[in-house]
Amino acid sequence: MGARTNELGLTRNDYKGRPSTLCAGCGHNSISNQIIAVAYEMGLNQHDVIKLSGIGCSSKSPAYFLGRSHGFNALHGRMPSIATGATTANRDLIAVGVSGDGDTGSIGLGQFKHMIRRNVPIVYIVENNGVYALTKGQFSATADIGQKLKYAGINEMPPIDICMEALIDNASFVARSFAGDPTQVRELLKAAISHKGTAVLDIISPCVTFNNHETSSKSYPYGKSHQESLQDITYIPMYDPIIIDVMEPGQVQAVEMHDGSHVVLKKLDPTKHDPTNRLAAMQLLEEARAKEQFITGLIYVDETQKTLPELSHMVKTPLAHLPNETLRPPREALAKVMDRLVCCD
Amino acid sequence: MSDVQSSPAESLMAEPEPIINDFQIMIATVNGSGSQTANTALLRAIFRMGIPISGKNIFPSNIQGLPTWFTIRVSKDGYIARMEDVHIMVAMNRDTFEEDVQKVTSGGICLYRSEWKVREDREDITYYALPVKDLIDELDVPGNLKSYVENMIYVGALATIIEIDLDDIGFALDFHFGGRAKPINMNMAAVRAGYEWAQDNLAKRDPFKVARMDKTDGMLLLDGNSAGALGAVFGGVSFIAWYPITPSTGMIDAVRAYLADMRTDPNTGDATYAIVQAEDELAAIGMVIGAGWAGARAMTSTSGPGMSLMSEFAGLAYFAEIPSVIWNVQRMGPSTGLPTRTSQGDVLAAYFLGHGDTKHPVLFPNDLSEAFEFGWKAFDLAEQLQTLVFVLSDLDLGMNLWMSKPFAYPDVPMDRGKLVTAEDIEREGKFWRYEDKDGDGIAARTLPGTDHPLAAYFVRGTGHDERAIYSERSEDWLANMARLNRKFDTGRGLVPQPVVDQVAGAAIGIIAYGTSDGCVIEGRDRLQAEHRLATSYLRLRALPLNDVTRKFIANHDRIYVVENNSDGQMAMILRMEYPELAGRIVSLAFADGMPLSPRWMVNALLEQE
Repeated sequence: MGARTNELGLTRNDYKGRPSTLCAGCGHNSISNQIIAVAYEMGLNQHDVIKLSGIGCSSKSPAYFLGRSHGFNALHGRMPSIATGATTANRDLIAVGVSGDGDTGSIGLGQFKHMIRRNVPIVYIVENNGVYALTKGQFSATADIGQKLKYAGINEMPPIDICMEALIDNASFVARSFAGDPTQVRELLKAAISHKGTAVLDIISPCVTFNNHETSSKSYPYGKSHQESLQDITYIPMYDPIIIDVMEPGQVQAVEMHDGSHVVLKKLDPTKHDPTNRLAAMQLLEEARAKEQFITGLIYVDETQKTLPELSHMVKTPLAHLPNETLRPPREALAKVMDRLVCCD
Repeated sequence: MSDVQSSPAESLMAEPEPIINDFQIMIATVNGSGSQTANTALLRAIFRMGIPISGKNIFPSNIQGLPTWFTIRVSKDGYIARMEDVHIMVAMNRDTFEEDVQKVTSGGICLYRSEWKVREDREDITYYALPVKDLIDELDVPGNLKSYVENMIYVGALATIIEIDLDDIGFALDFHFGGRAKPINMNMAAVRAGYEWAQDNLAKRDPFKVARMDKTDGMLLLDGNSAGALGAVFGGVSFIAWYPITPSTGMIDAVRAYLADMRTDPNTGDATYAIVQAEDELAAIGMVIGAGWAGARAMTSTSGPGMSLMSEFAGLAYFAEIPSVIWNVQRMGPSTGLPTRTSQGDVLAAYFLGHGDTKHPVLFPNDLSEAFEFGWKAFDLAEQLQTLVFVLSDLDLGMNLWMSKPFAYPDVPMDRGKLVTAEDIEREGKFWRYEDKDGDGIAARTLPGTDHPLAAYFVRGTGHDERAIYSERSEDWLANMARLNRKFDTGRGLVPQPVVDQVAGAAIGIIAYGTSDGCVIEGRDRLQAEHRLATSYLRLRALPLNDVTRKFIANHDRIYVVENNSDGQMAMILRMEYPELAGRIVSLAFADGMPLSPRWMVNALLEQE
């Protein structure tokens, strides 16, 4: 029996990358697997996708999925600028970026916020574990107060909330998930890929080596016991017995994406959260923080906000594909400028 | 006005030989007062009379209220270097009047505002007191524009004193205001008021005058930032990211205007380019590299502090081999330094920008034509060599007005470098991103979006093998670095070659680059004329060096490297590249915020001889 294929005639294996060199059980690997699954299920053309990252454990992971897509492992914290240039030079590309909490929350916070402000078209995933693992266990800016690390002791500074930062900068798509909830990660990834602007996806991704004990909110034990699902999302009909069990017809809300596809949100409590209400989104995050919970789901979305390529009033043809005749004005154009400047007839 | 002056009859008798088309005017004003229009009109009027000129704006890092000076050198011989002598001082800033008077060369002129009631202390110069306030008050100028338009009074008075044709001033104002009648007429009225008052009230007691020539026919006046911007447009630039910084901002203003004019789709009105104002220089270069990777012709323009911030990305562009262009319009460092003063101080930093063993091609335009030429050529080089290319301009070239012949349309088609398509891969059956198939160190690349399962590769700043796969193997590292060096050597033949003037029998050779050219041209003439000292000259147009430069050094007993920085940065590079010739290389380096002057060069060179 042949392997199952998608609409492009490709198998799931065709969407894999090189073998992961991350630690066994790392949450990042699970996320990579969900990216592979989603790209396969959506039938993405890999040559239309660019994979981008910064520096850190998370940023290594684009090598481990979509092996037929061009990739760019940029500098620490500087992936947003690479994404800005690449997606402006070729507006047809689908950018998938993978960053970490150090890469986004510390060294790259400025570029992260300006990327959001410009609404650069990219799925921007933060694999958030609250720790610098490649340098062997320093706190990151998303570490919780009171968290203990063998290397760094006890953290006494408040964490930066990636989703809150994104909301403050007028992000057009903000979601949070947990690497241990592959179903939800896949749902949110699909919604993010369908979103036309910057889609920030903060995924709590436990570090099995340096930060996986009960005092950390970025650990498996904590995540499993404190995760409060905001909505269940079904993108296309998906098998999810638990979700279907609790769905009520009155509890469904559809959000239309720019490509006409729909994300259907299923709220646990329909009076609880409207993902098109920015203030409510902030309040939700703030309340969750006070209760020491992290909520997951689509926190905010605005499909009307213009993207950078739209704001640049560029031709529809990608700049990178423009022929030389278009790029270099003709001889007469230079002669005209020279004539205007030359002094004496 | 002339209590210390001799009578008109005596002065007529004492009137010295006229000095025609060979002097310097300095105009002292306050910045933010609008004197730039007046000064540019003066410059352009003399230029239109067919007389070679060069102008320099010496301005503070400030918006309003600090002293600023504008110099116009009038040179029948076509010399454009900075000169120290001031023959005509137009002193319009009371705060600096005493200081300005002292700058005037003996026998020169000081034109100042009569309402100041100052003492005319120097007996070796001629004072002309101009009633600017009275004259402007008589004109119908709105109150808010008075201080702006009153600058035209000294333009008119000077036109009388040195005999500038009013028609040429009219032409200059017409050019400046793009033919708009209202401002032209208002300003011209003030010019006439100053002109007529001087005709009626000033007895000329100085030797300076202009006389029509034919040396500027068919030439244009422009700033180097605009010339470089125009070059970039004809190089097919499609992506620009930048962050505001003096003195490079004008380049972006210019490129934006040219692109809007020439690169808008006639049917849709859409742009065939994008310009992004970044949050800092670090992001600007990141965007440029992202765009260059994706296949755009991408550039940024900056100055020293911005270039420092671009350091890590410069290393990535070198190592990951991504076409990109940085224009650095140099100003005086270190640090914030003198932000509105010129220097050639970023040569070493640009050549080696980045950590590890990093090096980049660097181009040095000397004038407007080369700024234009390197504007387009930099993109060809960046794509041919798949690397970051620097163009090092400077404030003097970038922000001042220069004469030039019209620019030559690019003489070669755009060269997009080694690009592999899906069809190529299908035919070959494989694609390895960093494979040196041709032996020149340059490996072919694919662009993102290439529709072939083997087309993709992973760009990384980490160690990689020929297939762009992560590798920590020493053999892979060594092979890659050896290939990068091979590629750099290929670049030695591709960059613009030096311009050599080899003088038979000359024991002395001079090496310079960029805007120091003007100083060297004049300095050599003086060495020959006044000291019977013959010199050869090699003007470097780019790094890396090649054998032309080595031979030039070897052919002379002594090589003087003339440059506008303090450490002698190019001299260091020459000694490093040619250690066997290092003993012949003497550094003549100087930087005080001003462009180099021939007088300094001649003295500094003779001191060594």
